[in-house]
Amino acid sequence: MPERTGKLKFALYWAAGCGGCEVALLDTDERLLELAELADIVFWPIAVDAKREHVEAMGEGDIDVAFINGAVRNSEQEEMCRLLREKSGTVVAFGSCACFGGIPGLANFFSRREILDWVYSASPSTANPDGIRPLPQHQVREGRLTLPEFYRQVYKLNDIIQVDYYLPGCPPPPNLVLEAVTAIAEGKLPPPGSTLAPDTTVCEECERVKEEKRVRAFKRPHEIVPDPDRCLLELGMVCCGPATRAGCGARCLSANMPCRGCFGPTSRVLDHGARIAGAIATLVDSQDEEEIRDILEGIPDPSGTFYRFGLPASLLGGNRRKLREGVS
Amino acid sequence: MTESFEPRIVGFLCNWCSYAGADLAGVSRLKYPANLRIIRVMCSGRVEPSFILKAFRDGADGVLVAGCHPGDCHYMEGNYKTMRRWVMIEGILEDFGVEKGRFRLAWVSASEGDRFAALVREMVEDVRRLGPFRLPEGTPDQATLAVAAGGGGSGA
Repeated sequence: MPERTGKLKFALYWAAGCGGCEVALLDTDERLLELAELADIVFWPIAVDAKREHVEAMGEGDIDVAFINGAVRNSEQEEMCRLLREKSGTVVAFGSCACFGGIPGLANFFSRREILDWVYSASPSTANPDGIRPLPQHQVREGRLTLPEFYRQVYKLNDIIQVDYYLPGCPPPPNLVLEAVTAIAEGKLPPPGSTLAPDTTVCEECERVKEEKRVRAFKRPHEIVPDPDRCLLELGMVCCGPATRAGCGARCLSANMPCRGCFGPTSRVLDHGARIAGAIATLVDSQDEEEIRDILEGIPDPSGTFYRFGLPASLLGGNRRKLREGVS
Repeated sequence: MTESFEPRIVGFLCNWCSYAGADLAGVSRLKYPANLRIIRVMCSGRVEPSFILKAFRDGADGVLVAGCHPGDCHYMEGNYKTMRRWVMIEGILEDFGVEKGRFRLAWVSASEGDRFAALVREMVEDVRRLGPFRLPEGTPDQATLAVAAGGGGSGA
C-alpha cells in the first residue's frame, strides 16, 4: 500500500449476495465509528451516494482497499469488480460468496436454461402466460434498454479478478472484520493471498465434549433437542466442523446448531465438500453396504449440504452435463 | 475421434490385496489393456473422495478404487471406511454429472489376478463407450481453487 497522509479510502461493493455482508459491517456496533475515523468510504452503493461514474473518474490505486462481497453472476457485477480492481490497491473478498461462491454458487448444479425456466415459467408461484423472459437488450420507442447478462454459471471473485485477501464467513463475524480493518490501518497485513482467519478447524474452537463417533441414524435439527454439551456429530447431526476453517468461535455450535461450513476449507483441503462427505460417511456404524446406504439416506441432499458454500470452488465446479447444456 | 480414443483410468490399489492381485495378473502373463495408471496406496481407506475428484479434474476419464475383500483388510476395517465413503461419493459424483460407468469400487484379493485383469478389461470398455471426460467450458482453472482454499503461500 502506498504511503499516505490523511485518511484511508475504502470502497464496498455488493455483488451476487444476500446483503448479509453489508449488515455484518453494522454488527461491529459502535466500533463502526472508529472505522469512519480511520477511513473515508468513497463508494458503497447501499449507503453512500457515489455512483459508478465517480469510481470511473478515479485514478488507478486511488482507493486503498475495496471490500467486495457476493459472487459474480452477471455482467454488471463483473464490470464493477474489474473497475474496483483497477482503482484499488488492495481487494478483499468479503464473505463466503466472494471467497468460494457461497449459497448463490449452488446454482452451478443447474444450467442457466433450467434456472430461467423455473423462475420465469415452471415455479408454482409464477404467472407468465406470455412466457416473457429478461433480455440483455430491448428496443423501445424511447431507445435501447439494457439489462446485465445473466451468466451461465456463478463465479467466485478470484475467477474474475486478482484477490489479495479472503475474509470468509456467512457473514464474516465482527471480530474478524475489525481485526482485518485494524491490520489494514496499521499496515500489518499478512502476505497477499492470505485468508484472514485461523488455519485450524471449527472442532478446535468448539467446546462440546467429543468422544467416540459412531452414527446409526442421522438427525435433522428439528428432530432432536441436542444435549448442549455433546458433540453434535456423535448425536447424529450433520456437522461440517471437522473440515471447516475456524475463526467463527463456533457460534452456531454454541446455539445448538451444527456447523454449515461457511468458512470454507482449511489450507490443506483440496475440495471442501468431498472432505466433509468423507469425514461424515466414515462415522456410519455399519459394515453392511445396504445398511450403510439406508443410514446415509438420512442425509437429504448430501451434495447441496456439503457444497453449500463452495460449489464454484470445488474441483469439478458444478454439474458438467448441465453446464454444458446451458450454452444459450 | 471415438475410434482412436484410449481412456485414461486412474486406479488406486491397496498395497496388501489389490496391488498384489495386479502383480499376480502380471506374473501370470494375463493380458489386460494398458489404460490403467496404477497408484499404490497402503489401504483403500486412504483414498479420500477428493482424490477421485482430483483425478477427474486432472484429466482421468475413469477412476478405479480397489481394496481387500470386506473382512480381509490388513488394517482391520480400512476397507469398510472405503465402502461407507463410496456410497456417499457415488451420489455426489452423479450430481456433478459424472456418468456411473466412470468410477468403480472393487474388492480384489492377492490371489485374484484373473479377476483383476477381467475387471480392467470391463472398465476400459465401459469408459471407452462413454468417451473422454471433459469439464464444461469456462470452468475456472486449478490455480484459483488453490488460492481460495489455501490462503497464504501454504495454499495446496
